[in-house]
Amino acid sequence: MISLQNINKSYNGKGVLHGVSLKIPKAKTVSLIGPSGCGKSTLLRIAMGLIHQDSGTVHIDGSELTSQNMLETRRKMGYVVQKGGLFPHLTARENCTLVTQYLNWDSERIEARIQELASLVKIEIGELDRLPNNLSGGQQQRISLIRALMLDPEIIVLDEPLGSIDPLVRYELQADLKYIFISLKKTVLLVTHDLGEAAYLGDEIVLMKEGNVVQRGSIQEIVKQPANSFVERFVNAQRSPLMEFD
Amino acid sequence: MISQRRSVIFIVAFWVILLTAKNVLAQAPVKVGTKLFTESVIIGDITQQLLIEDGVEVEFYKQLGGTRILWNALLSGDIDIYPDYTGTIIEEMLGGGEFKTITELNQKLEEFGLQATQSLGFNNTYALGMVKTKANKLGLESISDLRAHPQLNYGFSNEFINRADGWAGIQQNYRLATTSVTGLDHDLAYRGLQGGSIDVIDLYSTDAEIDYYKLKVLKDDLQFFPDYQAVILYRKELETTHPNAVKILKRLEGKISEEEMVAMNAAVKIDGRADVEVASAFIQEAFGVQTEFTTSTLWSRFITNTLGHLYLVGISLGLAILFAIPLGIIAAKIPAIEKSVLSFVGVLQTIPSLALLVFMIPLLGIGAVPAMAALFLYSLLPIVRNTHSGIKNISTPLIESAQALGLPNSVILKKIELPLALPTILAGIKTSAVINVGTATLGALIGAGGYGQPILTGIRLDSMSLILEGAIPAAVLALLVQGLFDLVEKRFVVRG
Repeated sequence: MISLQNINKSYNGKGVLHGVSLKIPKAKTVSLIGPSGCGKSTLLRIAMGLIHQDSGTVHIDGSELTSQNMLETRRKMGYVVQKGGLFPHLTARENCTLVTQYLNWDSERIEARIQELASLVKIEIGELDRLPNNLSGGQQQRISLIRALMLDPEIIVLDEPLGSIDPLVRYELQADLKYIFISLKKTVLLVTHDLGEAAYLGDEIVLMKEGNVVQRGSIQEIVKQPANSFVERFVNAQRSPLMEFD
Repeated sequence: MISQRRSVIFIVAFWVILLTAKNVLAQAPVKVGTKLFTESVIIGDITQQLLIEDGVEVEFYKQLGGTRILWNALLSGDIDIYPDYTGTIIEEMLGGGEFKTITELNQKLEEFGLQATQSLGFNNTYALGMVKTKANKLGLESISDLRAHPQLNYGFSNEFINRADGWAGIQQNYRLATTSVTGLDHDLAYRGLQGGSIDVIDLYSTDAEIDYYKLKVLKDDLQFFPDYQAVILYRKELETTHPNAVKILKRLEGKISEEEMVAMNAAVKIDGRADVEVASAFIQEAFGVQTEFTTSTLWSRFITNTLGHLYLVGISLGLAILFAIPLGIIAAKIPAIEKSVLSFVGVLQTIPSLALLVFMIPLLGIGAVPAMAALFLYSLLPIVRNTHSGIKNISTPLIESAQALGLPNSVILKKIELPLALPTILAGIKTSAVINVGTATLGALIGAGGYGQPILTGIRLDSMSLILEGAIPAAVLALLVQGLFDLVEKRFVVRG
């Protein structure tokens, strides 16, 4: 569904991605994880065509991403970033309907879609008339999710979507996301720095370090058979609340 | 997209109309200009009233500028007539030379397509003057006597300092030590003299103030200053296009004596009578003709000046907005030309506003059009810079979120970038508008009207109330403009 082949990217002569290849099968969720600066966000934005790779190819749904099909292809993908990336001058509803209005959907169709998604992401319809700055972080992410799902894309790309959300709300949102991904059979690429979240949401985990994929597999494989000492350290760096009492 | 293209067409069309209108209208009437000082204005008034009396249509550019501006305006045909002095023409404009008579001078002037009348009847020569008591105390009688007193402070009109027949020549001929010399407006020099901050000033021998301030005119013992016979300069082509106008100019030859000129200057500058009225009284006496003139009231001047000022500011600012916002967008979007656009408008802003105005004269002549062009250029920077930075400062995640939606760039610009940059753009327009309102007062220097007009006249007549008549409304207008934009900002930028 998403296929990245041999992607190279450098900024000002400094390599960020070194020939990375990654395939995400249909209706599966892949969690991309790694320390800051490992290139995971860059890889995700290359998949969306937001950054152009120096070499390598991106295929979405079987066809190569080019400048000619860029706009169309992006509309097949929903995009959610940390803190929502909502436009502060537009109400939540206007944020969500920007693209459907551009595509000339009639207003009943837009409204029906909004109603449907609002109940899916569990947000009061009244909240949609507020400006993003008047919504909580969790609500902003739910609105961002509606915006990403408006055109019912098969692919969803999320860049640390819950990065700045407090733990209780995050816990709830993680469950809601998982329900949405599975029930709607979406193909999902999720970037996170939280191994627990990666494991909970992802069918597979891809661990990156300094522009390379270090290991790919289920959470069991990564925990039980770490590919090298870096993976082992990364796994052990996750603190469990009970650990302190062992 | 369509509306952008339409606005470009509109601007171009507007310029073309403005420029052709200027040229077409320029054909019919006779255009009379005067210099900034009262005597020139009075002679201009007399000329204008006599021409109108004879049925000639006149366009009158009162207090248009200094010698250089008027000479150039005459050469280019922006004006047809203005009063000047033989010494000034010979020394300053022709770069010296021996001319025994005005008829000889006219042979030279013909090369420029110009002619001068014979002397109007008086010689208004340059002179140096001091307060009588001080001169007597130091025993000063002539310019040569100044050599013994290098401690004196000199305050000269800027034109006099730079002229070959002015300070530079005096200093050389009289071998005066280089002392403290301040450049200042001639009408303000009398105040400095009275206040004691300067000791010696340049005078015109017909100045009304010589008597009034009890000044001593230092004798030009080396006969340095040439003759400054008052004449009226005109374009030679008037002899064929407006022969009756030339006839009227010639009627003034020999008609104004030195005493009469001093008296008229005093009537306006000391007694505060309107220059048009003094001119009319002279015509009545000299020619027995009753001319019509209108003296303006405070209210009518206020209306005229306000309309003139709003015209200058409105059009120049409007065009600047239409040009600068697209220019700012282009600078933000095309890295290849970003730097050149920003430095270009930056350099425009560094040109002193007065200089920019004068640069416009050879390109666009005199009046409102060159003033608006200068104000337009001057208003670009704040708007271009703020549009550019307003767009550039939108955070990358926001722009990427917009791109990820699959919206084309034009829609992103219209729906996301411009609305988010709006507060910054409005702030830029506000800055431009306030600068524009202030700078537009300088437009009066090239005959553009506006609040600068009473300020100029006020400086000429040493009248604080006239200066305030321009300065106060200009300041109030600047505050109003600022308040207006604050309101607009509140209304449109309240969200987010």
